[in-house]
Parts: sequence; structure tokens; C-alpha cells
Amino acid sequence: MTGLILRTLLSHWRSRPFQIVTLLLGLIVATALWSGVQAINAEARASYAQAAATLGTDRFDSLRPRGAQRFDQRAYVALRRAGWLVSPIVEGDLRLDGARFRVLGIDPVTAPADLPARPDLQGDALTGFLGQAGLILTGAQTAGRLPADADLPPVRVMDGIAPRTLVMDIGTAQRLLGMSGQLSRLIVLPEAQDGIPPLAVAGIEWNRIAPRGADGGIAALTDSFHLNLTAFGFLAFAVGLFIVYSSIGLAFEQRKPMLRTLRALGVPLRLLMLVMVVELTALALLAGIAGVALGYLIAASLLPDVAATLQGLYGAQVSGTLSLRPAWWLTGLAIAMGGAGLAAADTLWRTARMPLLSAALPEAWHGAQRRAQRVQGIAALGCFALAAVLSQTASSLTAGFVLMGALLIGAALSLPVMLSVILGLGARRARGPLAQWGWADARQQMSRLSLALMALLLALSANIGVGTMVMSFRDTFTGWLDQRLVAEVYVTASDAAQGQEIQRWAQGRVDAVLPIWSTETRLGDMPASIYGVAQHATYSDHWPLIEELPDAWQSLASGQAAMINEQMAGRRDLSPGDRITVPLPDGGEWPMIVAAIYSDYGNPTDQVMVDVDLLSERFPDIERLRFALRTDQTAEIIAEARDRFALPSDQITDQAAIKALSLAIFERTFTVTGALNVLTLAVAALALLTAMLTLQLMRLPWLAPLWAMGLTRAALARAELLKVMALALLTAILAIPVGLGVAWVLTNVINVTAFGWRLPMNVYPADWLRLIGLSLLTAAIAAGLPVLRLARTAPRTLLGVFASER
Amino acid sequence: MLTITDLHKSFETADAPMPVLRGVDMEIATGECVALTGESGSGKSTLLHLVAALDTFDRGSITLDGQEFSGMGDTARANLRRTRIGVIFQQFNLIPSLSVGDNLSFHARLSDRYDAAWQAELTERLGLSELVHRWPEQLSGGQQQRVAVGRAIAARPALVLADEPTGNLDEATGSAVMDLLLDLVAETQATLLMVTHSGALAARLNRRIHLRHGRVAEVAAA
Ligand SMILES: Nc1ncnc2c1ncn2[C@@H]1O[C@H](COP(=O)(O)OP(=O)(O)O)[C@@H](O)[C@H]1O
Ligand SMILES: [Mg+2]
Repeated sequence: MTGLILRTLLSHWRSRPFQIVTLLLGLIVATALWSGVQAINAEARASYAQAAATLGTDRFDSLRPRGAQRFDQRAYVALRRAGWLVSPIVEGDLRLDGARFRVLGIDPVTAPADLPARPDLQGDALTGFLGQAGLILTGAQTAGRLPADADLPPVRVMDGIAPRTLVMDIGTAQRLLGMSGQLSRLIVLPEAQDGIPPLAVAGIEWNRIAPRGADGGIAALTDSFHLNLTAFGFLAFAVGLFIVYSSIGLAFEQRKPMLRTLRALGVPLRLLMLVMVVELTALALLAGIAGVALGYLIAASLLPDVAATLQGLYGAQVSGTLSLRPAWWLTGLAIAMGGAGLAAADTLWRTARMPLLSAALPEAWHGAQRRAQRVQGIAALGCFALAAVLSQTASSLTAGFVLMGALLIGAALSLPVMLSVILGLGARRARGPLAQWGWADARQQMSRLSLALMALLLALSANIGVGTMVMSFRDTFTGWLDQRLVAEVYVTASDAAQGQEIQRWAQGRVDAVLPIWSTETRLGDMPASIYGVAQHATYSDHWPLIEELPDAWQSLASGQAAMINEQMAGRRDLSPGDRITVPLPDGGEWPMIVAAIYSDYGNPTDQVMVDVDLLSERFPDIERLRFALRTDQTAEIIAEARDRFALPSDQITDQAAIKALSLAIFERTFTVTGALNVLTLAVAALALLTAMLTLQLMRLPWLAPLWAMGLTRAALARAELLKVMALALLTAILAIPVGLGVAWVLTNVINVTAFGWRLPMNVYPADWLRLIGLSLLTAAIAAGLPVLRLARTAPRTLLGVFASER
Repeated sequence: MLTITDLHKSFETADAPMPVLRGVDMEIATGECVALTGESGSGKSTLLHLVAALDTFDRGSITLDGQEFSGMGDTARANLRRTRIGVIFQQFNLIPSLSVGDNLSFHARLSDRYDAAWQAELTERLGLSELVHRWPEQLSGGQQQRVAVGRAIAARPALVLADEPTGNLDEATGSAVMDLLLDLVAETQATLLMVTHSGALAARLNRRIHLRHGRVAEVAAA
């Protein structure tokens, strides 16, 4: 009996192929977007974890000299002699043909046994690794990216090495990075003692840095980006479920007589439900497999742009290609099943409660709709109240996302109420019976269309919100770069001696030479960088200050004052006039007053800015490598410096090139958000289409009398199209404030909690117009097919409405 | 075989429950063919639905071959419909996505009483042999109702219930469908309870029960 019932239920789809296609499509798209985003996130996280494992920062403590980037390797020898179980590391960036690689020099003899790359070093490999020529170990992808003509030691491909990372012997790394005799840090082996080596051993004061956990600390930075992606994926999934919901609802409406007949012929309800669940599971499994596969394709095509964004904005290295993870396939399938179950729950429930005999009285939709709207309105008010409270108090990333969720759900729930009010007003003003019918009919249609319209509202407001954020970020960032990168040329010397030479040469050639020297230190229990800048109009005229005391720039020269970035001010709750104390390498202290706070977009760490002469006096070990040059002969200066000092192109850049680079990074970000935007809108269009198809079928009895009274089918079709477009237009207009709300939450709450800086929010009305146009297009496409079908309905079908009395 | 005593049924309406059946009593013997008549709204369909175990009643009892309906659960009632009862509706209620042939054998297969020879004979006698591969929507009303008759009879139910089976058909077609139905009922030794408002049709059956205001007003031999 079960097989017979299943076959009978399935026979329904044979006569409605389009319906099964939309159902499957909805589920496929929902699963694909969700699992695609998950795949991107998983890949990025795996890359972070791999990077941390390769660098050993996930498990081992490190020792770094206080106030310097590198130190003499004799200090390491002294520590080993004194019984400290440490292993040396050389780190640095290597630019080859414009691509950046991370160089990691290790000592295979003393390195911890479970550092990746270490265990495989045996026999030949070990000899080669330690030999004169050296050996580079790297992943297959990275090896493929290395320029063929680069003058590098032989390369061997190995698994488990982080993307864009080259592992080699200490000596080889020192040679490639120009760091002969120098080390970057020491790994403290697990069996080594606690504490910090005393100053007496190597003449260096050490900082001991605790492991940063499996993601190497980068996750905290990129969390917001991934959360944005996740929110996007979730939204698309929800919109996709709307489609599944309405096509299952449509199938239910159409199969109702069949279900009744089956029950009348003696099929027990429980068996019928069971068979329906089996049918649904089979469909969900099918769609899940296709959806996960499609998600994989989406993720694979977006990943290079995501990787470029993450690298550009946060310096995080992410593999550009996707690996397949079984867990991800399984969750994708589970998501498809869960989604199908969620979308079908209502239908299953209605089937279970369906009276065997069709009700004699038609459903009183008026009262039912009003009741439903009242409940929705109250729920929406609740959501808005929660959002209002959170907008004042939210101080964590989670609270920020709850705020966004409350805002979006509240907006979606209030949409039917708002539209109903607007349509009611319209109906009251309408003259003539046809116009009156049109308004009233649109209002009645709402109960069925409202889910699809909500989907459209969510898609549009996500579009506006994310678009506003990304464009605000670009405009703010480039404007800020204009202020911050005022000097025409930036040059980095290869070593301190060359730095002096460059300074001497430039002093006669350009209008001003401004050293930019810095050091890393710890203030309290958090790391911070200290930058030294020169006293020059370049800074005092342009540098972007948010808050300042009077004569802030002049007070820097006295050594009594410093400026700090917005991140630091936010994290440590500092304002102009507060005091900070910088520990000095000689054990002394440097107390200062905060004279100003400046904006510092995209920088994850705290920063203090002081006078450069005072900085180099008090931190004798700082790198004296970077200079900003003011000149009106940019091209000539760059060419001359390159010749004279044999500088590679990444060590001398003009400001225009840096700006072009950051704009290029933004383009990649736009590609990602743009693709996701289009996909969500497409899903919303599909939702609208399926809802329209459902509706049309049920509305035939309402339209037939109009036809009988002398309206042509074409006129009816035109009226239908007009109504859907009007509803879409109203929805799009309502989506603008919601989208701005989303943008505000992103820029003023989520960004602040994630990065420590507030993003000024700009508005882009031209973009709204584009979206309104897009939503009208969406509605026209979605309504096209049903309206065309209405215009072609056979008169016999319309007559049938009158023939079949209940 | 069918005994109904003091049957009460009312429907919930907006203000107060509306009584439709107020104490119906009747007794039908095996093999009898009974017409159920009455004005529109007198409760004929309601009574038929109760006998078909499609709906539940408030008070009284219905027994079919000694089996009491009241207190039966949903599954038990579904079993009863599947194995003992065949229903023919005024709206035919065929399954639109199944072919005519599949519709014809549907109930028999559902109740595990499919008999290929009987099915073929039935199809032949109903004049549907040429049409088995068509879809229900491609048939005329008379043809559709013949499929519905065939579907009900194919499972050889003990009790056949029909609610104005010819109500949607013209007189000639209706009478042809009636001939077939009565023949097949007699041949399968089924009992028939049929709602009709046609006096001529009622006259062709053994007995006639007239409903008025929810009670049996008169019982007359045809
Ligand atoms: N589901 C229902 N809900 C409310 N009233 C009903 C329902 N079904 C039938 N009725 C009412 O019960 C009465 C009898 O209906 P019915 O049995 O269909 O009469 P008929 O004899 O014409 O077949 C009518 O007044 C009808 O309006
Ligand atoms: Mg009736």
C-alpha cells in the first residue's frame, strides 16, 4: 500500500513539472549559498590555523627582544649555553615579482619535533636543507606561484605548510632576507623552564609571548568579515526557504483533493503523513547533493577574491583554492534536510489537521488576515524595541548581530501591516469599481504574497546595508589615505647603513626628508607600536585627527605629549588629556599626555605617535629604515633612488601606487559582495515567482466573475502585473530605511566592536534608485510567466469555476 | 447489515451549534438497494458521510455487520473505508495525475483485492477499455462517473454509498450510469445506499427512505 501511495503522490509532479523544478531549485539555491559561504569561512579558518601551526605560534611560547624587531644570533648561543631550551626563528616577507611570500627560517636540530616540516627532514632532504645551496619546503600551490626565474634554492613540495609560506634553514633565510647574523625570535621548547631569561645572560631584555591559539590571533581580526559572510549566507538561505515554502504550499493546495480522495478511500492519516515525509526526504536529499555541489562551485569562484580581500585588509594569508571537506558535505545535506523540514512543517501540520470533508463555508479571510497582522505587528514592535535598546547598549559582536537580526525580523514582520495600511488608504481614495477592486484585491493577495515580499525586503535591505558599508569604507579609506599619505614617495632602506646614506642623499635632492621609524612594545598587557614622526607641515596640515588638545603638534616636540590611534583610545578608554606611560628599553619610563586621537583604518593594533628625534634617542635599537620624501619630481626621484641604492620596487613606492593598490583591494571586496547581492536578489525573484503561481491558481474563482462581467483576459493580466509591480515598488521604498539601519549597525556597532574604529557612514541615493529599478525588474520577471498564463487561460477553464459547485 | 439508531449530528456555526440530524433510525438488510431522498439541506449528504465513516457523530450508533462506528479511531475508520465500503461522489473525485486505468484499479490495489480478470471485465463492461491510457480531465462527465463507479466496485465492497451520482450528468447519461451501477451491485451482492432527488431513480430501487428536518419521515417500498 505504501508504494502505491508514494507513486500516487509522486504522480502529481508529472503533471506539474514546473512546480517540482521550483521546489528543487529553491532548496538547491538555499543550500548552495549557505554551504558556499560556510566553505569559504572554513577554508579561511583552516588557512589561519595552518599558518599558526607552521609558525609555531599556536602552541609554543616565543621570546622576542624588547623594543626591537631582530637581535644578534650570539644572544641565542649565550642562552643555550646558560641552559635555556630555545630554538631560533628567522621571519620576514619576501617579494618576488610583486607577489608576497612569508619566509620562515628554522633550525631543524633544535626545533620542536611537531613543528610542521620538521619530521620529514631526514637523509638527503636534511643534508640539502642544511647544505650550502639550501632547500625550500612549501605547499604545492605556493610552489606553483613562485616565479620561474627567481634566484632561489631548490624547492621541495610538502603537505601541511601554510599558504604562501616558504620554510627553510636559518642560514638560507638570513641570506634571502638580508639578515645575516640576525634572528627574529626564539621558540621556547615545551620542556623548557618558565619565566624570562635574566638580562645578564645575553644582554637583551626579553618579552615572553604566550601562544595565540589555533588561529594565530588573526581570527579576531577577520571574525567580522566572516560574520558578515555568514549573515549573508544565512539570509540567502532564509530567502531560499521562502521559495521552498511557497512551492510546497502550492503543491499542497493542488493536491488537497487528491489527499482527500485518498483518505476517503481508506488510507490512514498516519500512513499518508509518513509517505509525505519520505517523499520530502527524498527530494531534500536530491536537492541537498546538488546544492552542496553548486555551493562548492560558488565558493571556489569567490575564494580568490575573498583571499585577496583578507590579505589586503588584514594581512591574513588564505589559500586561493578550495579543499573538499567531508564534514562540510554532511552539514550541507543536513542543512538541506532541516530547511526542507522547516519549510514543509506548516504543510504537514495542515495535512494532519485537514478535515476529511471540505468545509461548507468559505474561509473567512478578512478576519483571519486581520488577526494574523495584529500578531505580526506586535511581534514587530517587540523586535524594534529590542533593537532600540541594543543600539544604545550593544558592546559585543554577538550583541551587534542580535541587533541586526532584530532589526531585519522586525522590518519583515511589519511589512504586511504597512503595505496593508497603504493599500487600505488607496482603496478609500479609489474612484470607479475597477480601481476599488484593484486596491482591495491587492490587499487580499498580500496574505499569500507577503512571505515573498518579505524575502524581497530582506534581500534589498541586505543589499543596501552591505553596499552602504562597503562604499562608505572605500570612500572614507581613500579620503583618509589622501590625508595620511601626503608625501609623494615612500622609501624603505635595506639596512641601517643604507638608511643613513639615503637620508644624506635625499636631503640635497628633495624638499623634505621625513623619517618614519617605529618599534613594537607592550603597554600594560597589550602590544602596541610606537611611531616616530618629524615636525613638519606635512603632518600638522593633513594628518586626520578625530579629537585634539590645543597645539597638539607643537606639544609632541617637547616629549610631554603623544598622539594615539582610535583603536587604542577605544580599547583603553583614553581621551585627550589622559596620561600614558611608555616603558623604555633601559628600564626607565616615558610618561606623556594624550594630545590627540587620530583615525587609523584597517590597522588592528594600538599605536602611539611621538616625535621621531625623541623616539630614536630613547629607543636606540629602533629600525631606521623608512622615510617619506616630499618632492614635485616624483618619477625622477624614484628612478634615481632605484639606480643609486639598487632598491627593489617594493622598497620604493609612490603614493599613487599605494592608493591604486588599496582601491584594487576594494574592487575585489566589491566583487564578493556584488555576487552575493545578485544571488540573494535572484533568490527573492524566484520566491516571488512561486508565490505568484500559487496565488494565481487559487485566484481563478475570484477573477472569473470579472471576466464574466466583461473584462478581457488581457485587461485582467495587465491589472495583475500592475499590482505586483506596485507591491514591489512599495517594498523597495520601505527597504531603504531598513537598509540604512543595517548599514548603521554594521558601521557603528559591529565595526567598532570588531576593529575598534567607527566608520563614518555615507549615503548613496543613486544606489537606491538602482535598487528600486532592480526590484521592479525582479517583480516584472517574477510576474511575467503567471501573467502570461492568465492572459492565455482558456475560457473553458474560467467557465469551470461556475460549473463546479461545492 | 447496516443499523442506525437515534443518530444525532450538529455543526458548529458562528453563534450556536446547528443540529442537522436529530435522531435518525434505519435498518438495511444485506443486498438491499435503498434510495435516500429529501429536500436540499435535509441532511442526506451528512448522513451518507457518517455511514461512510468520513465524519463522526454526536450521539446514537451506526453498526455495519455488527461493527460499531462510535469510538472508532482514525486508523480503524480508514481501514473500514478501505476494506468494506465503496463511495461514489457527485464530483467523481478521480485522481487527476493518474491515468484512467490506474484510477480504476486504485481502490482495489489499495485494499489488496486487485484481481486482473475482474478488473478487465469491469473495464470492458463500463465501456472504458479504449480510454484506460487517457487522463481524467480528457473524459466527459458520464465517462468520469463510470470510472468512479468502476473504482468503487473493483474492490468488491460490502456496502456501496453514492451521493447523487448522476447529479452532474444529463438524464440519458445518468440513466446509463445507473444501469451499470445497479447491475454491478447486484452481481457483487453488495448493499447500496444512494442519495438522489430523482423520483424515477428512487423507483428503481427496493426501498426509499425520506429525510425531513433531520429525521426519517417515511419509509416506502418502491
Ligand atoms: N461542514 C459543515 N459546516 C456547517 N454546516 C454544514 C456543514 N455541512 C453541512 N452543513 C449544513 O447541514 C445541512 C445539511 O447539509 P447536507 O447534508 O449537505 O444536505 P443535503 O441533504 O442537501 O445533502 C445544511 O444546512 C448545510 O448547510
Ligand atoms: Mg447533498
